[in-house]
This record gives sequence, structure tokens and C-alpha cells, in this order.
Amino acid sequence: MLYNEPSPLEIKVLTRRFGLPNSAHIDTYLATDGYKALRKALEMTPKDIIEEVKVSNLRGRGGAGFPVGMKWSFVPRDSPKPKYIVVNADESEPGTCKDRLLMEFDPHQLIEGMLIGALAVDAHAGYIYIRGEYRYLIDILDKAIAEAYERGYLGRNILGTGFHFDAYTHTGAGAYECGEESALLESLEGKRGVPRIRPPFPAVVGAFQCPTILNNVESFCAVPPIIRDGGKAFADLGVPKAGGTKLTCLSGHINKPGVYELPLGFPVDKMIQEVGGGIRGGKKLKAFIPGGSSCPVLTAAECEGLTMDYDAMAARKTMLGSGGVVIMDQDTDMVKAALRIMRFYAHESCGWCIPCREGTAWLRKILQRFSDGLGVRGDINLIGELAKNMLGRTFCPLGDAAALPTISIVEKFRDEFEAYLTRQPPPSRAEEPLRVIA
Amino acid sequence: MTFSTELEAKFARLLASYPPGRQRSAMIPMLMFAQDELGCVSAELVNEVARRIGVTPVQVEEVLTYYSMLHRKPLGKAHVQVCTNISCLLTGGAELWEQACSRLGIGHKEVLPDGSISLEEVECIGACSWAPAIQVNYQFHHFVTPEKLDRLLASLRNENPHAV
Ligand SMILES: Cc1cc2nc3c(=O)[nH]c(=O)nc-3n(C[C@H](O)[C@H](O)[C@H](O)COP(=O)(O)O)c2cc1C
Ligand code: FES
Repeated sequence: MLYNEPSPLEIKVLTRRFGLPNSAHIDTYLATDGYKALRKALEMTPKDIIEEVKVSNLRGRGGAGFPVGMKWSFVPRDSPKPKYIVVNADESEPGTCKDRLLMEFDPHQLIEGMLIGALAVDAHAGYIYIRGEYRYLIDILDKAIAEAYERGYLGRNILGTGFHFDAYTHTGAGAYECGEESALLESLEGKRGVPRIRPPFPAVVGAFQCPTILNNVESFCAVPPIIRDGGKAFADLGVPKAGGTKLTCLSGHINKPGVYELPLGFPVDKMIQEVGGGIRGGKKLKAFIPGGSSCPVLTAAECEGLTMDYDAMAARKTMLGSGGVVIMDQDTDMVKAALRIMRFYAHESCGWCIPCREGTAWLRKILQRFSDGLGVRGDINLIGELAKNMLGRTFCPLGDAAALPTISIVEKFRDEFEAYLTRQPPPSRAEEPLRVIA
Repeated sequence: MTFSTELEAKFARLLASYPPGRQRSAMIPMLMFAQDELGCVSAELVNEVARRIGVTPVQVEEVLTYYSMLHRKPLGKAHVQVCTNISCLLTGGAELWEQACSRLGIGHKEVLPDGSISLEEVECIGACSWAPAIQVNYQFHHFVTPEKLDRLLASLRNENPHAV
């Protein structure tokens, strides 16, 4: 059963099988063009496969938006080392719940995407790293993998071509940082999820110190349609520098929250009003997170004329991110929102580098104190400065992910922080000396 | 240590899933699946997993302490995880968390004396569009209302709803 009603405004490419009876089963997949792209790719040269992905203008769907075809072209195909495919199914960016559906309703599309990636870089094994909380998806994927072996789409001598590829699921155990690609690779090796220094990038030194293509679930799922219908058809769905559709997760104060597949470049206003059915209770928009809690927050005014695409978001100094759109209405307390977001990053900081470990911890304490009504005027600037001092100075981008939304909230909603200063502290706390709360 | 035949089969499959010499990769999945069967990661389990993948017990402990889903003490039979991250916060998740704590009289990572239920305030569980969301063990509950939560807690305690 689907989790939400589809919208007539969707363009269903990756989600076209959602809602079909038994959509996860290989027979359903095969009856709806499944593994056709693999057959086609088996006749193509690796260079042509990568070229087709480049033509599609597919950009990474995990958050950073790096062009997928280009990433694949960095893999040294002639390296004597084995090459690996790694799927990032850690999905833990707050606001994001789309990869879950792609795996639940169409696991074979992901497997086919991995296979095509494997042909492109000459890989013979692939791992799907799934966050621990998504245990039911491991069962679904294991079943799909077993079906694919049985029908000759995985294993030795795939479809009689001599090509061989093995696919495995791998469970995480609760750690946001393990969604960061290099920490994920450490975790895959049975270690703490601490990031690696880059370069070298995973394309050259990745899983088990070997060349690896590591992409988000949605990125891999876009590959079969691209190969099947051609990169150009996919590119044409989107905007000039970003092709195709994006699974967009609407959440927060919206009438019809849900996951919708929308073409890149879809107007934000139309998305909120027509796809999402407007703001709950007829209220007004106050703030908008375009792609997970790591993105700078936009005000309602900044959303005017805005479209859902990488460059349009960059022009407003934010990011399309993972597609986790969070809608906040006029009554949202932005101090509380900033605090909750920082509590998350402070909890999830892996502790490896000091600017992130200390920065997130202190920001959490200051925001907690502020939100408890014990803040002082200087805190407002301090929050912004502390966050800015983290930017670009942490070992991996988790530090930026914590700093960016915080800076945007404290700068754009400064009046709300000011208003907190005029509030009386709660009676039980009024006599307390000013202190940082642990 | 002896495990169920299903778990042994899973272990065997895991140990064969990684390149030669990379059996350490099986550590986290082995701990997760074993924890599901045994209730927690005991010292005995640490030693056993270490032995099977060819590392020292302290190398397992080092990893174990990093991951929030691995725990050394048993949780409740039903581990109720309430998400209060941003999408859930906006739709009542924080209130659900308060409600769960006050109904059960326990707090974050605490277990009822009879071992039936434990509570945890968790970060985003990937159900944001169907918020507020709760996970009981691995089972998702979407669009949770205060009434639904009360009914859920009651059924987990095997009592009638009025007694919660
Ligand atoms: C702290 C942090 C967490 C991340 N979490 C995820 C995640 O859960 N899923 C994901 O696909 N990418 C995540 N990423 C992005 C990955 O590092 C990487 O860019 C991505 O998986 C590459 O795939 P793509 O190019 O297909 O997007 C995260 C990055 C950071 C810095
Ligand atoms: S914020 Fe609660 S499930 Fe994502």
C-alpha cells in the first residue's frame, strides 16, 4: 500500500511501478520493461554507458548534487584492483524519506542500476549500505536479490554474457555520519564511522581501498530509465543543467505531506499549493527547508519565483540537497527549530575533529539556554559567529551541515531571538545564575 | 556460544559476503542480528564475534560504542522510539514524547521494571512525510496521534486502555 496519494502533477519515471500489485516482485518488474536497460547496457561499451549518463545530466540525489556520469568516469577502469559498487541507503538526513520507498516498492530497479554501474566500471560486487532502522527493507532487498540470482540477472555468467556480479545488503547500526561517503566506507569495513581524508576520493580509493562508485539509492534508480529511454529523454524532463525528476519529500505544516516525483525546475509555489494542498489550517508560510535540515533555511519572501533545482537554490545561497522539503508555518518558533536541529548535529557529530565536536556541542548548549529563557543579547551574535567559525574547518561536511541552517535561522529570524530576550525566564529558573546547561 | 540455526545461517552468509581477508566487515551486521535474537550485546557475544571475524574483543567494543542501535543492556520487549526531529517536531512529536514519558513514568533509554517497554527519543527515522512517527522495535507507526499512542502503549502493556 502506498503511503500517500500520488499527485496528478507528478512525472513518474523512477516511481512508475509504485502502486502496482506486487510491485517489488521480479515478475512485475520484468512485465514493465525491467532489466531491459541491462540487456541494452550489455551490448554497449563502458564508455558509451558513462556517456549516456553524462548526457542525462543526472546529478547525485544524496545531497551534494555531483554529476553522476562524471563521477563514474573518474574510476580507473584499467586499475588491477577489483572495483566496487556501493549504494548509499543510509537515508538519515532529517526531512528525507524517499529512498525507503524506492527500495520497498521497486527493489529491482536499484539492482539493475547497480548492474549497469558495474558494467561501466568493471565491478563484480556491490553493497547496499542500509540504515539499521530500515530492517524490513533488508528483507525486501534480500528477497529481490535472491530472485535476480534465480533468473540469471545476478551471479556468474549473467544472461549468458560471461559477466558476473554479486550484490549484498549490509546493515548500519544507527549513525547519521555513516551517510557521509567516506565514513560509510569505514563502517562497511567494520569500523567506527569516522570520515577519511580526501583526496583520494572513493572513485580511486573507496571500499576495501579499491576504486568504487558510491551513489545514493535514487541516483542508481535513475540509471535504468536513462539507459532504456536514452539520456536525452531524461535530461529533457528537467532544466538545462540538471536532468530528470527528483523525489521530493514534503513534510511539516502542509496539507498533503508525502513523497512526490517532480521534474527538476518545478516551481516551489506550485509544489506547496497544488502538490501539497497548501499550508495547514490556511496559514502562511514562514520558513522553507529545501532539501533536508543541513540546508540553509529560506524565508517565504525568498521562495517567491523559486524553482526546485540545484542552480536556482544555489542562487539563493541554499541547496536542493536530498529533496527533504520541510514547510514551517507562520506560528513556528524558529528558536526552537534551531535548537532541535542543533541537538541533532551535536548528537550525530562523530567526535573525530574538534571544530565539529566542540562547535555543535557548544551551539546546542547556547541554544538550549536561549530557548529556556536564560539567554543574553550577546548570545545572538555568538551563535552566528560560532557557526561561521565551523564553516569549511571541519574534517567532513557534517560541520557545515550543522552551521549552515543555524546561521540562516539566526540571521533571517533575528527578531524572534530578540523577542526571546524580553520573555521572563520560567519562575523556577529566574534565580539561577547564568550558566551553560550541559 | 550457540545461536539459532537461522542466525548461524545468517552469520555464514555474512562471512561470505566480503572480499577475502575482509571478514571484519561482517562485524556490525553480526552484532545487529545477534542483538535481535539475544536482546543485547553481552560480553560473551563480543568475544564470540571477535573470534569469528578474527579481531580482538576490544576492537569490537570500540566499534560497538559508536553506534546508537547497539546496546549492552537489554531494552524492553517493545522498544518504543519516538522521533522528535524537525518534521516530527512540527507535527506534534515532542508532545508525543512527553506523553509517552508521563504515561510510563520512565525517560530516555529507560525500561519499565517488568521489562515490557523501553523508551527512546530518537533522531529522524525516515518517516518525515508521515510524521509524527514512532518505531516500535523495527515496526513503523505513521501519523501518530495522542489517542493512537495511548492505545499503542496500552496494547504493549497488555492492559486495558483506561489503565495506562
Ligand atoms: C553528514 C553527511 C550525511 C550524509 N548522509 C547521506 C545519506 O544519508 N544518504 C546519501 O545518499 N548521502 C548522504 N550524504 C552524501 C554522501 O556523502 C555522498 O555525497 C552521496 O552519497 C553521493 O551520492 P550521490 O552523488 O548519488 O548523491 C551525506 C553527507 C554528509 C556530509
Ligand atoms: S523527522 Fe521524524 S521521521 Fe524524519
